[in-house]
Amino acid sequence: MAKTKIVVDPITRIEGHLRIEAQAEDGKISGAWATSTQFRGIEIIMQGRDPRDAWAFTQRICGVCTVVHAVASCRAVEDALNIRIPPNANSIRNLIHGMQFIQDHVIHFYHLHALDWVDVVSALSADPAATSRLAQSLSPWPNNSATHFGEVKDRLKGFVGTGQLGIFTNGYWGHPAYKLPPEANLMAVAHYLEALDWQRDCIRLHTIFGGKNPHPNFLVGGMASAINMDSRATINAVSLSEIHGMIARAQAFVEQVYWPDLLAIAGFYKDWGAIGGGTGNYLAVGEFPENDVRDLDSLYFPRGIVMNRDLTKVWPYEQELVKEYINSSWYEYSKGDEAGLHPYEGETKAKYSGPPTPWTYLQGERKYSWMKAPRYDGHPMEVGPLARALVAFASGHRDVREMVKEVMDRLNVGPAALFSTLGRTAARGMETVLLARRMGHWYDGLVSRIQNGDTRTHNGEKWDPATWPAKAQGYGFLDAPRGALGHWVQIENQKIARYQCVVPSTWNCSPRDQQGQPGPYEAALMDHHPLVKPDQPLEILRTIHSFDPCMACGVHVLDATGAEVSAVKVQ
Amino acid sequence: MFYPQSHPWSEGESLTGYLERSGVSRRDFLAWCAEITAMLGLASTLTPRVAEALATQKRPTVIWMQLQECTGCVESFIRSDAPTVGDLVLDVISLDYQHTLMAAAGHQAEDALKKSLAANDGQYLLIVTGSVPMNDDGIYLTIGGRTARDIIREVGKGAKAVIAVGACAHWGSVQAAKPNPTGAVGVAEVLGGKPLVNIAGCPPIADVITATVVYYLTFGHLPAADYDGRPLFAYGARIHDQCNRRANFDAGQFVEHFDDDAARKGWCLYHMGCKGPETFSPCPIILWNDKTSWPIGAGHPCLGCTERHFWDTMTPFYGRLPNVGGFGVERYADTIGAALAVGATAGVAAHAIATGVHQVRERRRNLPVIDKPAGGEGGSHGQD
Repeated sequence: MAKTKIVVDPITRIEGHLRIEAQAEDGKISGAWATSTQFRGIEIIMQGRDPRDAWAFTQRICGVCTVVHAVASCRAVEDALNIRIPPNANSIRNLIHGMQFIQDHVIHFYHLHALDWVDVVSALSADPAATSRLAQSLSPWPNNSATHFGEVKDRLKGFVGTGQLGIFTNGYWGHPAYKLPPEANLMAVAHYLEALDWQRDCIRLHTIFGGKNPHPNFLVGGMASAINMDSRATINAVSLSEIHGMIARAQAFVEQVYWPDLLAIAGFYKDWGAIGGGTGNYLAVGEFPENDVRDLDSLYFPRGIVMNRDLTKVWPYEQELVKEYINSSWYEYSKGDEAGLHPYEGETKAKYSGPPTPWTYLQGERKYSWMKAPRYDGHPMEVGPLARALVAFASGHRDVREMVKEVMDRLNVGPAALFSTLGRTAARGMETVLLARRMGHWYDGLVSRIQNGDTRTHNGEKWDPATWPAKAQGYGFLDAPRGALGHWVQIENQKIARYQCVVPSTWNCSPRDQQGQPGPYEAALMDHHPLVKPDQPLEILRTIHSFDPCMACGVHVLDATGAEVSAVKVQ
Repeated sequence: MFYPQSHPWSEGESLTGYLERSGVSRRDFLAWCAEITAMLGLASTLTPRVAEALATQKRPTVIWMQLQECTGCVESFIRSDAPTVGDLVLDVISLDYQHTLMAAAGHQAEDALKKSLAANDGQYLLIVTGSVPMNDDGIYLTIGGRTARDIIREVGKGAKAVIAVGACAHWGSVQAAKPNPTGAVGVAEVLGGKPLVNIAGCPPIADVITATVVYYLTFGHLPAADYDGRPLFAYGARIHDQCNRRANFDAGQFVEHFDDDAARKGWCLYHMGCKGPETFSPCPIILWNDKTSWPIGAGHPCLGCTERHFWDTMTPFYGRLPNVGGFGVERYADTIGAALAVGATAGVAAHAIATGVHQVRERRRNLPVIDKPAGGEGGSHGQD
């Protein structure tokens, strides 16, 4: 059978702009190319700015993972200036970041990923009573009545009946790769709608501490939201009580809706446990420090590396081994296209060399993306929920091991199924459950310190730039919902001399490197990957969405090229 | 939002009838209309008109283009906190193209766009988030292999009106901060001449986006706007004039360090760099995320994100505003405020609306406000 060339552009239901090209033979994908089609070039903009402003600029890299760059930036500046934030500020950041994970992962599952597995039209033929029995067999969620599912079905029927399908227009309804029975489809559609309401509520935690969402406010040295139980204008008993309620409602939805749905749907797609694995190398920088962020032992999710799917060994992460390549990217380096540059030597000089628009195919072009190719000691690395779960599992993390066992038992699959499209989606659910349970712990810590009279939220000792050394540098790592994130900052004469980020979606969406090694998206699409109908690329969407692409984050980004850096600081 | 409805909207059926069949009483509907009317800053006597306009509208087509952006404005939009009826009214729109939510991808997505543009030529509402990169023939953003610049020109042609949502679509935002490497511009620069409003902010508050759409459906044109194309109902007043810490400013009670005693009393953040005195935004009134709080309410100074070029003009963010000090800020900001109000309300049929805005604001603040009718040069953005 001849090779068929496929272009999927735009990939929708992601953040940002992504193009996938592929070649298919005999119902399988034989070649894949991931192209980031947007460049914003923020890097030069950072130079010469006040380092205390950096969180706000970097936050605008992404409005979906709207807290991660801000926190990573604060950590980098606090590292450079040797600032220790008060324990309350650490708890508040954990609560904000934890809720970011929970809200983001749930939205991803229902609103970005679910339509890859759920046939909305099929839900029209569901029996509401049978749907209710199915849902009640999975969870005690109060909305699982036949009446409720009947209402949702009627609504859906009405909507389809108008002939104006809006966002559901031209979906892949009826595609043979959809396997759910009508009742499971109806249950998922009902929860798609409920999740929209739910996320509006739980994200208000960001508003209480940060004033708004998206893009809540942060502060170098701690948090700006002062605590005073006797003031109406600060964090007080009313706000704490609201937060307590949001955490409880978030946890209830995650444990009674999202997680049971995910496992139930996964049960119909177990074959996807052998599809879409890809690179097999996993990197996690770890997240949720219990104490100061410098205390790596206090991270809830550990830092480390798993190579070649070998879960018997966890390698330490050494940031000196990160280099970025541009062999396939529309940039040029002063040392030439073959060079790999550590973030501290990073250069970002855009130079488009592709065909004129409109494009037909980019496959066959040597350079084909605005994304650089980061490599760890020369290896492509997958980052994100699966990487975190595997590193934690291999590190003997008790909570993660229990969750993995639960998934294996429920789905009746072996550990090898983790290295797959399904594994990625399951890992995202696992950590959401764990974090929903963890939120109460951070909340209790905050409240108990307040009870003991400690209301500090900010360390202002180094707020005044006059207290800073003439030169300083540091970095902040953070494991974001989509994976390992690092910010590096250099400060000279109270200004940013150089700023650089290496971002989760840059790792995952990277194009081929100078050795021809594909990036994780590309490798996953070429790993036993079906494509039944090349004109309806549903299977491609499944695997790409399992990574939860965040293209605005990935495209390079923020490396103001300033003064030479000779020393690399190790935390 | 985008909820499949419990009953089909049949051809020619009124919204009221439809809502009643959907279990929403006329009383609930009118209560919601009153809320929207207040949001828009209209006199409450206009509530029946809002209700009437909404009730007779068909489901208009909306095309939503996402360009150079961080998707924060789309995230903000889905936080829209209007209750069930708000969701219903949003669903009255037929959202035919929106990358973040649409089921189709690739050719199927582009086909949906093409068909909708053809079927609704001259009639659809275009919402844009994100900026347009103009340098190097627009190569810094392509969708479906074509540049955003070419796409937005084509999609803009048949639009009846354009709502530019967020700082990027407004003027380019962070990627347009100096030195603007990709030549990012707001959508107005590419679609000059189209009726267009800018929903300012990084991101804007969800309810302001929603209210603008409702305004458009109600009156058949976009809301009256200020000199920078921002709807007056939302951006007609300074943060400083609406701030619940204003009394502390007037009394000279300032936070001098984060987390000091003054911060723990919720005093004024002006000395910490607050840009409220130079920023026109509804944050203190409408608030964020189901009226939960707002930036100053959570103890952080305003960044001024509804103002053009704020990444350059409002930074360093923790620096105290230049050329102002003590009560001088009053005089300075009021001069600007008066000038803007006069310029922005000019020559438009929005006199009554502007009066309504003043009335509502007056009620809310219980303070005297500028009460001058239109005069001087009119904004070109506000009316079609």
